[in-house]
Amino acid sequence: MYRELSEEIQAHLDEKVEELVAEGMPREEAKRAARRQFGNVPLIEEKSRDVWAWPSVEDLFADVRFGLRALSHSRVFTAVALLTIAIGIAANAAVFSVVNSVLLKPLNYPNAEQLVALHQVAPGAEGLADFENGLLLSPSMYVTYSDHNQTFQSLGVWTTGTANVTGMAEPEQVRTVAVSDGVFQTLGVPPAVGRWFSQIDQEPNGPSRVMLSYGYWERRFGGDRTVIGRNIVVDSQSREIVGVMPQGFRFVDSDFDLTTPLAFNRGKLILAGFGFHGIARLKPGATIAEANADLSRMLPIWMDSWSNGPGSNPHIYETWKITPMIQSLKQQVIGNIGELLWVVMGTIGVVMLIACANVTNLWLVRVEARQQELAVRTALGAGRARIVRGLLVESVMLGIMGGLVGVGLAYAGVRFLVAVGPSNLPRLNEISIDGRTLAFTFVLSVLAGLLFGLIPALKYAAPRTASALQSAGRTISVSRERHRARNLLVIGQVAMALVLLMCAGLMIRTFGALRKVDPGFADPEHLQIMRISIPGSLIAGSELVMRTQNAILDKLAAINGVKSAGFISEMPMEGFDSDWDQIYAEDRVYADNAIPPLRLYKHISPGLLQAAGTKLVAGREMTWSEVYGLQPVVMVSENLAREMWGTPAAAIGKRLREYPKMPWHEVVGVIQDVRENGLQEKAPETVYWPALMENAFGPGPAEATRTATFVIRSDRAGTESFLNEIHTAVWSVNSNLPLASVRTMQEVYDKSVARTSFTVVMLGIAGTMALTLGIIGIYGVMSYTVSQRNREIGIRLALGAQGGDVLQMVLRQGTKLALLGVAIGVGAAFGLTRLMTNLLYGVSAHDPLTFVVVAALLILVAVLACYIPARRATLVDPIIALRYE
Amino acid sequence: MKKPVPRDLFPGALEMMILRTLKRQPMHGYALVQQIKRTSNDLLEIEEGSLYPALQRLLKEDFVKAEWGISSTNRRVRIYKLTAAGGKHLEREVSSFERMLKGITQVLAPGEL
Repeated sequence: MYRELSEEIQAHLDEKVEELVAEGMPREEAKRAARRQFGNVPLIEEKSRDVWAWPSVEDLFADVRFGLRALSHSRVFTAVALLTIAIGIAANAAVFSVVNSVLLKPLNYPNAEQLVALHQVAPGAEGLADFENGLLLSPSMYVTYSDHNQTFQSLGVWTTGTANVTGMAEPEQVRTVAVSDGVFQTLGVPPAVGRWFSQIDQEPNGPSRVMLSYGYWERRFGGDRTVIGRNIVVDSQSREIVGVMPQGFRFVDSDFDLTTPLAFNRGKLILAGFGFHGIARLKPGATIAEANADLSRMLPIWMDSWSNGPGSNPHIYETWKITPMIQSLKQQVIGNIGELLWVVMGTIGVVMLIACANVTNLWLVRVEARQQELAVRTALGAGRARIVRGLLVESVMLGIMGGLVGVGLAYAGVRFLVAVGPSNLPRLNEISIDGRTLAFTFVLSVLAGLLFGLIPALKYAAPRTASALQSAGRTISVSRERHRARNLLVIGQVAMALVLLMCAGLMIRTFGALRKVDPGFADPEHLQIMRISIPGSLIAGSELVMRTQNAILDKLAAINGVKSAGFISEMPMEGFDSDWDQIYAEDRVYADNAIPPLRLYKHISPGLLQAAGTKLVAGREMTWSEVYGLQPVVMVSENLAREMWGTPAAAIGKRLREYPKMPWHEVVGVIQDVRENGLQEKAPETVYWPALMENAFGPGPAEATRTATFVIRSDRAGTESFLNEIHTAVWSVNSNLPLASVRTMQEVYDKSVARTSFTVVMLGIAGTMALTLGIIGIYGVMSYTVSQRNREIGIRLALGAQGGDVLQMVLRQGTKLALLGVAIGVGAAFGLTRLMTNLLYGVSAHDPLTFVVVAALLILVAVLACYIPARRATLVDPIIALRYE
Repeated sequence: MKKPVPRDLFPGALEMMILRTLKRQPMHGYALVQQIKRTSNDLLEIEEGSLYPALQRLLKEDFVKAEWGISSTNRRVRIYKLTAAGGKHLEREVSSFERMLKGITQVLAPGEL
C-alpha cells in the first residue's frame, strides 16, 4: 500500500512537470517548480502513512531506543540505581514467593477448595481448650459423623505415630500415619503403584495391610514395582504391602513412611478417646457454615448412640460445650504463620519504598542535570506529554532491568529464606519461584519505575525553555522550591526506616525476653534425647519393660562422660501429642456428674529431674523401689500445687487419682513449672505419674510406659562417637530396639523459638537495609545541597562567617529533616507496631525503651551522615567559589 | 521570512473541499488539486502534497474509495470516488461550517461599534 502511495505521488509530479513543460518551461526548471509546489515528499509520505499506522507504538520504540542510549551514557548512575532497585526487587520477589507458595497457592490435592479439617472446640473441657488442635475426634464420633452426615462427600480420621520395622537389616523406627476408611477418598490422590486400602482392610480382624510413602519405597525397596503383595514386619506384625503413594504426597502436613488402616471395632467403641484428626470433603455447593450445623446436629446422636461403659452418663459431654469450628484444610495447614509472613512481606515492601525514594533522588539530580537537553527538545517541538513519556519510559526500563537482575538474586534469596525459615514452616517443600511470582516481580518492577520516574518527570517536563537555555543554570542559587521534593523524600525515608527499625527492635526485645524464660530444663546443649519404644510383641510383661528401661538407663549412665540419665513419656516442646485427663483430689467434693478440670499428665522415671535439670520445689523425687513396688505416689507441678492447695509445701501428702476406681496417689514432690508448649505459652498444670503403675482398669498386670524419651546429660551430647556408644549401650540390652528422634534438647529448644528467630532475622535484614538506604539518602541530599550552595557559602565565608557557623548551618538543616522524619516515623510506628502484638512476648508494642533507643540511633546516624558534607562546606575556598562569577 | 506565511486552513477544511469536489465527479489526485485551486481562483494557497495525507484519512474513514484507472492524459492513476457515507459526512460538515461562518461574520459585521 505504501508503494501505491509513492507511485501515485510520482505520477502527480510527472503530470505537473508535463503540464509546466507544455506551458513552455524548461524541463529542469519545471521539475524544481513541481517539487516546490508539492512540498516535502518524504514528510508527506510519512504523514500519509501515519494515518494508518499506530504512531504511539512507533514513538514508544523511539523512546526506548533513546532511553537506552541515555542510560548507557551515565554508567555510574545507572549502576547505582540498578543495584538499589535490583536488591529491593530481589528481596520482595523472594518473600513473595514464600507468601505465594505457603499462603496463596491451593493445597496439593485435587479440588483442594472442598477439603476441610473437622476442627472442634470444647470450652467446657478445660485444658483441652487451649490445645492447638482443639478437641480431636474420638472413633465413635467418626463413625457417627460418617454414618449420619448430609454435607460431606467423604470423611475420615487419621493420626500420626511411630512404629518399629524389623526383619530388614537394622531395626528401624519409622513415621506412620494410621487412617480410617474415607481418608484417601477425601484427599483424592491416587496411589503411584497398587491400590488404596479397601473396606476389608479396615475390618478389625481382617488382613493386615500397609501402604508405603514414595520416599520409603525408594529408600527401602529401590522403587521396585513388584513390592506389591510382599510382607514387612511392622511392630512385630506381618503386613502385606498393597500400594505406594506418589512422590510429594503428605497427609495434610505430615510426612510419613508407612500408613496403616485404623480398623476400628465398631462393637467395642466408647464415647471417649479424642485422639484423631478429622478431614472431610464437602459436597459441591455445601458451605462450612452448613457443615458446622450438620456436625452440631449429630452431636446428640453421638451421645445417644454410645457410652463410656455401664453406669456412666453419656450426656456428661454436654458440659464440655463441644462446638464444631470447621476450617478449610489450607487454613489448618498454614496455622498462624500467615500473620508472620504478611508482617515480613510488609516490611520488605517498605524497604522497596525506601529504595525507590533513593532512586527518585538520584533521578531528580540526573533530570536536573539534563534540563538543557530537555529544553532543547522542547524548543524543537516536543510536547510536554512526549517529554514526560520519554522520561517515564527511561525510568520504567531501569525498573525492568532491575527486575531482571532482581529475579536472579531472588533465586538465591529463596534458598536463603528456606534455610533460615522456621523448620516447622508449613509447606516448606513447596516453596518455589513460579509464574505468579514472576508476574508479581514484573508488575513491581514497572510500578517501581513509574514511582521513581514520575516525580522528576512531572517536575521538569514543565516548559521553562527560556530560562534553562539562556542561563545554563550555572550561577543561580537553587531555589527553595526545587529542594522541596528532595527534602520530602528524605523525611519519608527516615520515617519509614524508623518504623522498620522499631519493628526489628521490638522483635529483638522479644527474643531477649524469651531467652530469659526458664523453660523447665537446664543447659539444653548438653542434653541428649531420643525416643525408644518397646512394643508388646517384643516384650510382653510390663515389669519386664520397666526392667529393660532401667537396664538401658544403667548402661547409658556407665558411658564415659555421662552425668545422669532418666526417661519421661515426652520432653517439653517435643511436639508429640500429649495426654490429658480429669484429675480428682481427695480433699475436694465433686458434685454428681461434675467433671474436674483436665490436666496434662506424664510418666517419669526416677533420675529424670536430675538429668533434665528440672528443679524440685518441695518434697522429694519418687524412688525406684516405690516404682517397682507400684506404690501410689505422684508428683505435681508447682502451678497445680498452688492452684489447688495454695503453696507447694501444702501439696505434700495430699492425694490424687485419675478415675474413680484408681487408688489414691500421694503427692511426694512438687516440680517447677515446665513450658510444655513453647517458651511463649504458659506452663500447663501437670501431674507426673510413676513410669510403672497398676492397670488403669482394675485388677490385672501393671502398665508400663512403653514409649518414652530418654534423657542423658553429658558434655559429649551430640557428638558422633557419643551417639555410637549410646547405640551400643541400648543394643547391648536388646538388639531389636530402634532409636528415634535422636537429637539434643538444644535443637528442640531452637525449634520452639524458630518463629521468633526467623522474624528477628528478617526484620533485622529489613531494618539494616532501611537504615543503610536512609543514610545514603540523607548523605546524598546533603552533599548535593552543599555543592549547589557552594557560591552562597563562599560569599558567607568571604563576608566573615567562621567555619563553625557554616558547619552548624548545614548540620542544622540535615538534623531538621531527620527530626521531622523521626517525628512522623514515631507516629506511624505507634499505630503500626500494634499489628505485630501477636509476635511479641514480654514487651509492649509501644515499648518506650525501644522507641527512645531507635529514635536516638536514627538521629545520631543522620547527624553523622550530614557531618561529612558539612565538613566539606567549611573547606569551601571563597576565592575559588566566587571565581565563576 | 520574506514570503508571507501561508495561512493554515482550519482542520477538516481540506477534507470538506475534497469531498465537495468529488461529489461532482470522481477524479485522481492531480486533477483534484488543480480543480480545487481553479475553483478557489487561487485564493487558497494549498501545498499540493498536503492533499495526500487528507485523502488517506478519508480512505480510512470510508468517505471515499479509490481505484486504479487511466487518466485523460493516458496515465495510470488512482481515481477517487465519493461513498454514500462520504456524502452524508459532507452534508453535516457543510451545514456546521455554514453555522460557524455565519457566527463569525455576524461578530465581524461593522456598524455595531
